[in-house]
Amino acid sequence: MSREEKVRRALGKPARYGPDLDLKAYVREAREWPTASIEELPKEVTGRASEVGVDGSGSGVYFQVDRSVVYRAVERMYEGKVEVLSVREAFEKYDWVEKLFWKLVEPDTDKYTALAYLEPDEGYFIRIHRGAKVERPIQTCMFVSTDKLDQNVHNLIVAEEGSEAHIITGCTLHPTVRSGLHVGVSEFYVKRGAKLTFSMVHAWAEGFDVRPRSRAVLEDDATFVSNYVCLKPVRTFQALPEALCEGKNSRVRFNTVIYGSGSSVIDVGARAMLRGAGSRAEIVSRVVASDSSEVCARGVLIGEVGDVRGHTECMGLLLSEDASIRAIPELVGRSVGAELTHEAAIGKISEEQVEYLMARGFSREEAESLIVRGFMDVGMLKLPAGLEEKVKETVDSIARKMY
Amino acid sequence: MLRVEDLTVEVHGKTVLKDVNLEVPEGEVHVLFGPNGSGKTTLIKTILGFSAYKVVSGRIFFKGRDITDLPTHERVRMGLGVAFQNPPQIRGVKLIDVLRKLDIDGEDVSALLREINLPKEFLKRDLNVGFSGGEVKRTEILQVLAQKPDFVILDEPDSGVDVENMVLIGKALNGFLKQRSGLIVTHMGYIMKYVDADVAHVILHGTIVCSGHPTRILTQILKEGYRWCERCPERRRCVGR
Repeated sequence: MSREEKVRRALGKPARYGPDLDLKAYVREAREWPTASIEELPKEVTGRASEVGVDGSGSGVYFQVDRSVVYRAVERMYEGKVEVLSVREAFEKYDWVEKLFWKLVEPDTDKYTALAYLEPDEGYFIRIHRGAKVERPIQTCMFVSTDKLDQNVHNLIVAEEGSEAHIITGCTLHPTVRSGLHVGVSEFYVKRGAKLTFSMVHAWAEGFDVRPRSRAVLEDDATFVSNYVCLKPVRTFQALPEALCEGKNSRVRFNTVIYGSGSSVIDVGARAMLRGAGSRAEIVSRVVASDSSEVCARGVLIGEVGDVRGHTECMGLLLSEDASIRAIPELVGRSVGAELTHEAAIGKISEEQVEYLMARGFSREEAESLIVRGFMDVGMLKLPAGLEEKVKETVDSIARKMY
Repeated sequence: MLRVEDLTVEVHGKTVLKDVNLEVPEGEVHVLFGPNGSGKTTLIKTILGFSAYKVVSGRIFFKGRDITDLPTHERVRMGLGVAFQNPPQIRGVKLIDVLRKLDIDGEDVSALLREINLPKEFLKRDLNVGFSGGEVKRTEILQVLAQKPDFVILDEPDSGVDVENMVLIGKALNGFLKQRSGLIVTHMGYIMKYVDADVAHVILHGTIVCSGHPTRILTQILKEGYRWCERCPERRRCVGR
């Protein structure tokens, strides 16, 4: 059977986790957006993008609305250090891109990868050149402006030997969009000694479905930090990004901060495969569930060789009787000497903590807000200053609105 | 300043304090001695109005006002301040978050940190997470000093603290208490080496059984333990002021 045929068949294949979606519920038609500078984009677009950390001030910027690449550029001082292209352009420019595309993520994994394969809507290509230290974050935005659209992007990120960079990906939608589907396939190649931080911030809507599919491969001494923040309601979200620590002494860390609200169904987490001697993985999540949201947090660690270490930690805070949190740590040791540990706890706001803070003069409401804000511990993500402020503002407004 | 009248308190349906009477006049510092489990911490938490401590009968007055039914933060805003024995760990909430609420400026914070020998990085650490016993104590004392309450309650400020830090804490507290009223709860009495107290009380099985001169009572306890109080035929009147 040809790959094409296999992928077509996979269009009917539900994902392993998360609610199954009917792909017929979405539309493919979206108007073309002309290329434009960030300043020329409508205020509703730039305002929303800025909330998820994309204001155009990155060392490189990629902005996609629906199916159109509206802007991509690299600051002059970073030319030769970083490249930001659409994947289409990257295919035209480099022969080797084809060899990396759909290599880490199989297109027939499930109906969403199949959709991204068969109905692709661009996506970005980011290459950080060998040895380049890109101090200022690269900003990318995937924006949905058409109601009911399925936006299927495929991103390719290559951090070459010894390079260092931080990529922010903000995904959000126009205030008028109520429903739709975002599928985002991302393949990361973190080469020898490279350090790549990838921070994804999502702000969707209560009727919107999201299915990111990503995989990273790490060479010797490579470091990959993947942050995921979702503080706004969504209809359903499911992702289990994976890192393959192939190289010796490679390091991966996945941090997830979720605030489940409304009737959001969120299945999130990460998987790390430790294959290189001395490789390390950490998967940390902080989950708050309010209203009638359901959040499942997974952390899967697989130790394939000895002398590897992994830890997964999930802390859940339940704010409502109608909400639920599941924490599922999974450890698989396949070699003597693989040290894998987990820690998980779900609870409510501790009365002892609240009263302690009240004894310092906080009212009950202030104390509870402070505890929730602290629990979501945005500081652990070590986000770039501008983005950290944005995320903290959102956390603060959530904490204020709790009462 | 603080008056507790015929206070009976239940915790999870069990009577822990029974008919407790205690009065600390303005400008005085009292000590409350008692063995483990005698009700010392329960009395403090009841004075603060913590929810698990149910007042079955009796009243608590602070600055002449009945505070028995007031929420904790209002009692605190009236001028009550407590250094806890076992404060909870709170992830993500930093010491600096609490100090900001206490409205204290940066220079004063630095001075306090120096005074009680606490490194500056503690301000940005999660409250009590990974702190040693001595660090917990010093952090508690720091918060109370920053709070500047009119009435200070110290719950076992001397337990789990090494000698050098005990001297620092003792010095800081003695100066602080000179201008204030307070209640110091201790079962070992080490803090008494550093702090001048006016009156001591002994609590046994949830009832204050004797009040008197702090040094005399402490000497007696150190000599014979709390068994002496159990046996004492004259309780409440056994050691004169």
